[in-house]
Amino acid sequence: MIRVQREDFDLGAELAALTAGNHKIGGLAVFVGLVRDVVGEQALGAMTLEHYPGMTEKMLERIEAEAKQRWPLEASLIVHRTGRLEPGERIVLVAAASRHRQAAFEACQFLIDWLKTKAPFWKLEETESGPRWVEARAGDDQAAERWKKRDPDAAE
Amino acid sequence: MKLLYFAWLKTKIGTAEEELNPPPEVDTVAALLDWLAARGGGHAEALADRNALGVAVNQEYARPEDPVGPDDEVALFPPVTGG
Repeated sequence: MIRVQREDFDLGAELAALTAGNHKIGGLAVFVGLVRDVVGEQALGAMTLEHYPGMTEKMLERIEAEAKQRWPLEASLIVHRTGRLEPGERIVLVAAASRHRQAAFEACQFLIDWLKTKAPFWKLEETESGPRWVEARAGDDQAAERWKKRDPDAAE
Repeated sequence: MKLLYFAWLKTKIGTAEEELNPPPEVDTVAALLDWLAARGGGHAEALADRNALGVAVNQEYARPEDPVGPDDEVALFPPVTGG
């Protein structure tokens, strides 16, 4: 399941609902992204998340479908917030449940790594020197890169 | 053609959305970007560095050679930074 919303989410309630009634689940891996209070050397007052309504949901559904294809998941969830968020607030929740922990861990990591490079969200940070749009990090591309499937015919 | 701009492209161009009618020969993403940049002003400034530019046609990521037409929704944006 995927959701894009302004409101906060209740982590306990989300995870309880995700696994309710499915006793095949033996492992549930969760990642929660939070707003930091420092960006580089500067204090961060808040950030505003903008997105592309329509395309965002489409991409998140596709990212989730890809995870389900790659790992034997019993349940999965992506919740991403938009709008203005202050330090300490939750931004994103991804969760993957499987019979065993390895698939859950891997799928959870895949979900957040792919989301960061494929879902159309943009962060505007409010710093002491004024607002600035966050630039994409090379580290995020590298994190996503390792999940790319190797083409068996490609030359090494 | 419906054009959508996000993040700093929206700021530089000065609008989030506009309806434009490029001529028929503007039939690829690359040609559309050239045409938009030639309008000058905020469009030219926003499109100065195309390496850092993402494009979606009808909500699908698109490449410079991909086709565009009058009924399409085309979005321009910087690299995504969610999560």
